[in-house]
Amino acid sequence: MSNESGAATGAGRDLLERLDRIRSEGVAALEEAGDEEQLEEARVEYLGRSGELATITAGIGDLPPEDRPVVGRRANRVKTRLQEAHESRERELEREARKREAESRDLTLPGRAEWRGGTHPVTQVIDEICDIFSEIGFSRVRGPEAETEWYNFTALNIPLDHPAADMHDTFYLDEGVLLRTHTSPVQARIMEEHEPPIRIVVPGLCYRRDAFDPSHAPAFEQIEGLAVDEGVDFVEFRSAIDFFVHRFFGEDTRTRFRPSYFPFTEPSAEVDVSCPMCDGAGCSTCKNSGWIEIMGAGMVDPAVFEAVGYDPERYTGYAFGMGPARIAMIRHRIPDMRLLYRGDVRFLEQFVR
Amino acid sequence: MRISVNWLRELLPDLDADAEEIADRLSERAVPVEELVRVGEGLDDLLVARVRETRPHPNADRLTLCRVDPGDGDEVDVVCGAPVIHEGVHYPWVPPGGRLPGGMEVEAREIRGERSAGMLCSEHELGLGPDESGILALPRGVEAGQSLGEALGLPDTCLVLDLTPNRVDLAGHVGVAREVAPDGSDGPVLRSLDGPGWTPRWREGSESADAAGVTVTVESPDRCPRYLGAVIRGVEVGDSPAWLAGRLRALGARPVNNVVDATNWVLHELNQPLHAFDLGTVEGPEIRVRPAEQGEELRTLDGKERTLSPEATVIADARSPVGLAGVMGGEESEVTADTADVFLECACFDPSSTRDTARSVDLSTDASYRFERGVDPRAQEEALARCVELILATAGGEAVEDAVRIGGGPEPRREVTLRPSRVRQVLGRDVPPPKLRRLLEPLGFEEAEGSGETSAPADARLAFSVPGWRGDVEREIDLVEEVARRQGYESFPTERRAFRPSTVPSDPTWERAERVRRWLSGRGLLEARSLSLVPEERVDGERAVPLLHPLSEDEDHLRDALVPPLLDRAEHNFSRGRRSVRLYEIGTVFRRREAGADAEASERLPAEEMRAAALLTGRRRPEHWSDGDGAVDLWDVKALASEIADLWLHGEIVAGGEPPSDYPGVVPLGADRWLGPERFWLLDDGGHAVGVAGRVRPEAVETPDWAGPVFALELRLRSVQVGETPVHRELSTYPAVRWDLAFTVDEEVPVAEVEASIRDAAPGAILEGLRLFDVYRGEEIEEGRRSLAWRFTFRADDRTLEDREVEEAISDIVDDLEGRYGVRVRTS
Repeated sequence: MSNESGAATGAGRDLLERLDRIRSEGVAALEEAGDEEQLEEARVEYLGRSGELATITAGIGDLPPEDRPVVGRRANRVKTRLQEAHESRERELEREARKREAESRDLTLPGRAEWRGGTHPVTQVIDEICDIFSEIGFSRVRGPEAETEWYNFTALNIPLDHPAADMHDTFYLDEGVLLRTHTSPVQARIMEEHEPPIRIVVPGLCYRRDAFDPSHAPAFEQIEGLAVDEGVDFVEFRSAIDFFVHRFFGEDTRTRFRPSYFPFTEPSAEVDVSCPMCDGAGCSTCKNSGWIEIMGAGMVDPAVFEAVGYDPERYTGYAFGMGPARIAMIRHRIPDMRLLYRGDVRFLEQFVR
Repeated sequence: MRISVNWLRELLPDLDADAEEIADRLSERAVPVEELVRVGEGLDDLLVARVRETRPHPNADRLTLCRVDPGDGDEVDVVCGAPVIHEGVHYPWVPPGGRLPGGMEVEAREIRGERSAGMLCSEHELGLGPDESGILALPRGVEAGQSLGEALGLPDTCLVLDLTPNRVDLAGHVGVAREVAPDGSDGPVLRSLDGPGWTPRWREGSESADAAGVTVTVESPDRCPRYLGAVIRGVEVGDSPAWLAGRLRALGARPVNNVVDATNWVLHELNQPLHAFDLGTVEGPEIRVRPAEQGEELRTLDGKERTLSPEATVIADARSPVGLAGVMGGEESEVTADTADVFLECACFDPSSTRDTARSVDLSTDASYRFERGVDPRAQEEALARCVELILATAGGEAVEDAVRIGGGPEPRREVTLRPSRVRQVLGRDVPPPKLRRLLEPLGFEEAEGSGETSAPADARLAFSVPGWRGDVEREIDLVEEVARRQGYESFPTERRAFRPSTVPSDPTWERAERVRRWLSGRGLLEARSLSLVPEERVDGERAVPLLHPLSEDEDHLRDALVPPLLDRAEHNFSRGRRSVRLYEIGTVFRRREAGADAEASERLPAEEMRAAALLTGRRRPEHWSDGDGAVDLWDVKALASEIADLWLHGEIVAGGEPPSDYPGVVPLGADRWLGPERFWLLDDGGHAVGVAGRVRPEAVETPDWAGPVFALELRLRSVQVGETPVHRELSTYPAVRWDLAFTVDEEVPVAEVEASIRDAAPGAILEGLRLFDVYRGEEIEEGRRSLAWRFTFRADDRTLEDREVEEAISDIVDDLEGRYGVRVRTS
């Protein structure tokens, strides 16, 4: 710069000084502009067509020829510098404006939602039960809801005139044709088609002639389980059910196996779990007993093996059945079974997760 | 079934468990105890008092003034409101200052000007029964001044057993006593009676016999394998002694008279139902066990006139039925105060015949309950003798030594072999023979002499004879169960065992269902479940499946489609004021199969098919302050249908009309009931229509004014493809060129046709995307035409496209469309 100044004549030197002053004053004015209006004022003053810089630039042609390049270069550099300062301040001001706007926005306005969808609470229970049993090797199968007497009763060691058939007040469709009263007929159907080892769970609807009331329904879901192989014994049965209970209800849940009677299992058991609501202390859910009955189960009766052509001396097994709707009612404290089947959106929405 | 703990204690003098412990033991080892019912608690202040004299209350018509002897000689007056009070009878009395079981204190007070010292109580006031109409007359044998609890054998606790069908032996106290007897106990001991014994001389016959002047004939031995009968002459019918009546009362049975109560006592004690006939009313006297004649009539003890049919078995005299075999006696032959001679029946009726008898008159009794499940066929001798001795002890009279027995003496006991190796196999634990004996013998199983002793331990076989009351024990596995439950299921360990994988593959249906659920849930639909049973108007008629004996008309058919029940759900939500409803369901539908009436049952099973269905109505998304109304419309359900067809079926949809080809499922879609003309058929990859979607006809669903149109979709679940694995496609790294093209075309030309032509004419290798983004009719467009605006995306996999290539492609497309449809390109 000193070289350039040194090279200039008196008038040129004078202009160069003015240019330096314009630069320092202009940059300061631009950088200090507090808002867009001030910035525009500063721009007009220093970069505008009638500004001092423009006047100098317009007058370069009148300078002595040796001064023109020096002053012209300097004027260009000043202009560039001022433009940079303007742009940068402009951006800064925009950023600040955006920030102010963002800060002043009413973030308490509601967001834009989508409808929430989800599976039915009974489906959730069924899926969870099947998943837990799949960890210990159970596949998930199904069978027809309309059945023959043979599969529903006879193959399961239930004589038609036995009081046990009373436990199943049956909907008939035709002579010898009925709506299954439990998922157990699938046991026989699967064993007829497959050789051991068998490990299956069978979810599905079953039907009994019960009027629809808070704790009964003429149709209800059931999950059947069956494990058959050589060496499957009562000890394994207990441990499999314990495994399930701990997974489903929690590690601290206790189980209780009590004698019961089903024509297709022997020994037969009812399985209780310590009440998940009160942890066994006694509450309205468990009717103050501290226990909740969750399944009927037992070792497969040899007569069932005979009916499907398995050698009962070679194979043993266990079977169980439980009602996911009842379990869902306990889990979610649903007081009336009918709520499960009304399709009321306000009810179903509660179980979205 | 109620079991009295006091009675158990009487049977088992060495039983020192409390009621809770007994209940737990039964629940853990035998049958569930539903409830413990305390009977006669809070009777501490009550005394037995004798009413010596009664006279009407001077100031009140309905009140009686009783002169009461409370036992200490200081007679008091008690005002009483009961209609009938007998002089000389004992009644429960609370002295002034005493409390009733409910806690209410009774004070001496004046009633209509007469002083009443305490109060005489009804059954209801004492918590002993429902009767509040009169004062409870106490049985004979009680003494004035005695504590009421002591007099009636109270308080007591009743165990309410939830008997399983196999354990009818636990309906009697002796049976329960065997289960709860402490280790080393000698077993139950019956109460000794202060009366003469009776040793009958049997007059046998295979079908007929007579004794004491009564001829007994069993015409249907299959319905009545054993029939024993005895005659007692000169009984004095009256109240039972307090110990007997109190016990029956504790069990919830109402004492009747000493003869009837004796039969009830034996019923509850030995579990054998008996029936006492007033011999004086028995024509002949003759007893016949036979099928009822069609239309025969009998008034039973409950006062009901019953018309009989031949399924029922009756006990008849020479003229007409006098009782329903194994169910209930007749009113006419009832033992009453006038009865002098009694014919006592102790029979073994066949379970299914008893069931038929009970069902034919729709009646279930304590007796039928036991006969239906099977009483001990060897126990009639003991029960008859016990009952005769009880009557002799409580009603006097003289038992005729000759007694009838039809069906022979008791059969020998059944024998069942138990292998310890089998116990190990099933239960997973060794139970050595001495322990097996210890577990089984207290229940009455007796090991045959010398059984199991000669064999090596590994293949030992123990032979046990089964007591008659355990008709459920027939096979080795039944004994294995006895062993398991006698030890307590909880005593078995829970060891994890290794397992071999199942040979049964999972049914793909569940994976399909899960896929549908996941996707529809993600689209904001809620899963509904319904129960398959629908009213007739919700099914398609001809091939629908009706129930033979429905519970109600609302549930008398099996559903044959899923959408119609979902429409009910929509209506339910509308009725709750809910406008936006988005539901889906997965379930089974049914259809009657064409099969002759004589076809096998398996051929007459209805056809079943799993379906998925969805229903949409109301807002497209929840209301938001920045949006307009946005109700679900046809294009939402069309998009749903076409995405489903694309993703799940690898097929496509076609719009409108009838289904394009035969439906491959077993239950027709049957959508005509609900589907309007705005409909889309979902085709699978073979071009079969496997689903349908569209707008529900307004007649098919009741929609309030404020609700929007309803859209639905139904799909055959089996068509949903699972198990396919998408293969990765290389992504081009070269830039895309987008191009918008708008043209007008005749309204008649369907968009799908135009789109197909564009795709045909475009160079497929570089047309990456094609989307219709605007449809316009308006001022600048000629009448009868519409403008379609398309956005093209071109991209090549191997190079940057040149503008020229894209321009050529567009120009080819335009030429083609002009030629086919006379489109006119709009320039902006």
